[in-house]
Amino acid sequence: MKSDVSALEVQGLTKRFDRPAVDALDLTVRTGEFYALLGPNGAGKTTTLRMVAGLLKPDAGSVSILGVDALADPVAAKQIMAWVSDEPMIYDKLTPLEYLEFVAGLWGIDPATSETSAHQLLASLGLEPHLHERCEGFSKGMRQKVALAGALVHDPRLIILDEPLTGLDALSARHVKGLLQERVRSGCTVIMTTHILEVAERMADRIGVIAAGRLVAEGTLTELRQQNGRGDTSLEDMFIALVDADAAAA
Amino acid sequence: MSSAAALTWFARHEIRLAWREWLAMVTGSRGRRKRAIIALIAFVAIMHLPAYAVIGRFADLQAPGKPELIVITATIFLAWALMLSQAIESVTRVFYARADLDLIMSSPANLANVFSVRIAAIALSVTGMALLLSTPFVDVLVIGGGIRWLSAFGVVVAIGLSAAAVAIAITVALFRLIGPNRTRLVAQIVAAVIGAGFVIALQVAAILSYGTLSRFAVLTSDAAAAYAPALGSPLWWPARAAIGDGMVLSWLLAGGLVLLGAVMATFSPKFADTAVSVAATTRTVRRGPRATAFRGGSRQQALRAKEFLLLWRDPWLLSQSLMQLLYLVPPALLLWRSFSESSAAIVLITPVIVMAAGQLAGGLAWLTISGEDAADLVASAPLPPSRVIRAKVEVVLISIGAIFTPLIAALAFASVTQAIVTALGVIVATVSAAAIQLWFRVQAKRSQFRRRQTSSRIATFAEAFCSIGWAATAALAVTIPIAAVVSGAMTAAILAATWKISPRRD
Repeated sequence: MKSDVSALEVQGLTKRFDRPAVDALDLTVRTGEFYALLGPNGAGKTTTLRMVAGLLKPDAGSVSILGVDALADPVAAKQIMAWVSDEPMIYDKLTPLEYLEFVAGLWGIDPATSETSAHQLLASLGLEPHLHERCEGFSKGMRQKVALAGALVHDPRLIILDEPLTGLDALSARHVKGLLQERVRSGCTVIMTTHILEVAERMADRIGVIAAGRLVAEGTLTELRQQNGRGDTSLEDMFIALVDADAAAA
Repeated sequence: MSSAAALTWFARHEIRLAWREWLAMVTGSRGRRKRAIIALIAFVAIMHLPAYAVIGRFADLQAPGKPELIVITATIFLAWALMLSQAIESVTRVFYARADLDLIMSSPANLANVFSVRIAAIALSVTGMALLLSTPFVDVLVIGGGIRWLSAFGVVVAIGLSAAAVAIAITVALFRLIGPNRTRLVAQIVAAVIGAGFVIALQVAAILSYGTLSRFAVLTSDAAAAYAPALGSPLWWPARAAIGDGMVLSWLLAGGLVLLGAVMATFSPKFADTAVSVAATTRTVRRGPRATAFRGGSRQQALRAKEFLLLWRDPWLLSQSLMQLLYLVPPALLLWRSFSESSAAIVLITPVIVMAAGQLAGGLAWLTISGEDAADLVASAPLPPSRVIRAKVEVVLISIGAIFTPLIAALAFASVTQAIVTALGVIVATVSAAAIQLWFRVQAKRSQFRRRQTSSRIATFAEAFCSIGWAATAALAVTIPIAAVVSGAMTAAILAATWKISPRRD
C-alpha cells in the first residue's frame, strides 16, 4: 500500500549542542516502508528522530510528515504519528488499560474504538493477565510493551521507535516485531533505530546509516552491498566499514 | 582486613555517602560546594538575630520555676519530635532508596556490623543537622548567660541519639506489623504527624482553654504548673542539663548512647532481613480498579483525569495533604469556638488558611507541571503546549478549591467579609505558587519531589516569601486595610522580580 507522498521528508535538518549533533541531514522515508536507522552511539539518530517527533526544535531545516509541515503545524503532524523512546514513557501508578485510555484521550480517539483496540493490543503483546495491575511492578520489557501499545492505540500512520527492543526477551521481541510488521503490511510507516543489526537486516525495507549527524549510506541491503562493492558481506561488516571510513575521513 | 578495620572502612564509606547526599540536597546536585558552605555559614550567622529575639530573654535564667521548666522541656520535646520525624524518613530511605543493598548483602561482610554502622550513620546525620540548626540559639544563650549554656549542645546530642534509636525501632516494628509495602507510606505519615503533632496539640489545647492560637498560653498557665510533677522529677532532666547541670547531662548522654547501642544490638541483624523483604516485594502487584469503559471527553479532560488519578494515588501527597489538614485543625477549632463567643482571635484563621493554600499549591504545581513521568508522551501528543500547561494548572486550582472551599464557607457564617478576603487570598496565593512553578519548571520524575526545593533556590524562596506575603496581606486586609495595600504591593513586587529573573517567562 505505497503512496506518492513521502511518510517523512527531512531537508537540511541541523541541530547543535556543544558540537553539531545533526549536520544538514537530508532523509526521505516512503509511505508504507519499514526503515531502519543505524549508527554508532552519539551519531545523531535519537536527536534526529526527536526533532521529527516535535520533541526538539531544530536549528535549521524542514520536516514534512505525510505532506504536513511538522514545524509549521506540529499539532497536525503529531496527530498522525507516534513516538516510542528507549526508556518507556509510562506512569507507575496507572494500569496498562488506564494508560491506554489516557493516550487515546490525548489523541482524541473515540472511546469505544480505542477501548476495543486497547484490549486487542494488550492481548497481542501478552499483557492480558496484567490489564488491571499498576505498572509500578512491571519489568522493563513489560513497560516497553505498554509504551508500544500506547503508541499504537491511536492508529498512527507513522511510527517512530528509538531502540524498541531493548530489554525485551526473545518471545516479547517476536511479539513486537510481529506487531510492527503487521502495521507496515496495513500501510503504516515504521522508522526504527536499533543496535541489533540482525533485526534491521531481517525486517527493514531500507536501511540508513548515520554517522556524525550525516547520512553516510542508504538503501536496501542489496543496494548497500553494491555501494560497498562487497556482494556477500554481512550488514555488521558493512556497518563497521562505513562508520570507520567516515571516522577516518573526519 | 580485620573486623575493626572493615568497620572503620565502612564507616568512612557511609560518612562520605551521607556528606554527598547532604551536599547534593544543599546545592541542588550542582556541586557548588564552596558557595553552599559559605551560604550555610551566612545563614547560620543571620539566624542569630531571630534566635536572639526568641530566646535572648532566657539567657539569665538561674533557678527556673515550674513554668520555665515546662517551656524549656516542651521546646526540647518539640526538637526531639522533629528529629524523630527526620530519622524515620532517613531509615525508610535507607531501606527503599539506596541502590547498594544488593551489593552489600552479596558481599562476605558481616551484615550485623555493616548495618550497625549504617544505624550509627543515621544517628550521626540527624544529630549533626540538629547541632547545626541549634547553634544560633545556643550561641545567643552562651553570649547572654555564660558558658554553662554550652551544655545545651550536649542535650542536642543526647536527644539526637535517642531520636535515631526510637526511629529505627518504630520503622522496624512497622515492617514487622504491616509489611514492607505499607511501611513506606505509613512511615511517611507517622513522620509527618510526629513532626507537626506536638505543636498542633498544644494549639488545640490553647484554643479549647484560652481561645488563642498561642501554645505558650498552655505551657505558662497555672493549670499546667499544677499538673506538672515536682521540681525534682526526672522529667525536668533535659531542661536542667540544658541550663548547665553537668551531672544530669552525663546521665542523659549515657542514656542516649545505651539506647542507641541496645537498638543496634537488637535490630542490626534484623535490618538485613528487613532489607531482603523490601527487595523481594518491590514487584508486588497492586491492582487498579476494573474500569468499565473508556471515558470520552476533550484532550484537556484526559490530561486532567490522569493528573487527578496520579495525585490520588501519590503516597507523598497523601502524607502532605494530611499535614496541611492537621495544620488546619487549630484554625478550624478556633472558628468553631467563635460561633459561640465573639473572639478577636478568629482573624488569625485567614493567614493560616492562605499560607497553607500557597504551600500546598506549590507542591501540587510541581507535581503536575514538572513531575511529569511521561514527558515525551505528552510533548508528542497533538495539542499545543499551552493547553497542556492550562490543564495542569486547572488541576492545581480545582484541588485547592476542593480542599479550602468548605473551610471558607464555614468562615462565611462567622464573617462574610473575612471569608471573601480569605478566598481572595487563597486564590492569589495559589496562582502565585503555580506561576512560580511554571516559570521555573524543569523536567523531572515525580519520585524526585524531595529534591524539588534544591533544584531552584530562587523558586523555593520566592514561593515561601509569596505565601507569607499574601498571608500577611490577607490578615492586614481584615484588620488594617491600608497596611494591606503596602504588604500586597511588596508581595506583588517579589512576584514580579521572580518573573523577571525566571528562565521561562512564557
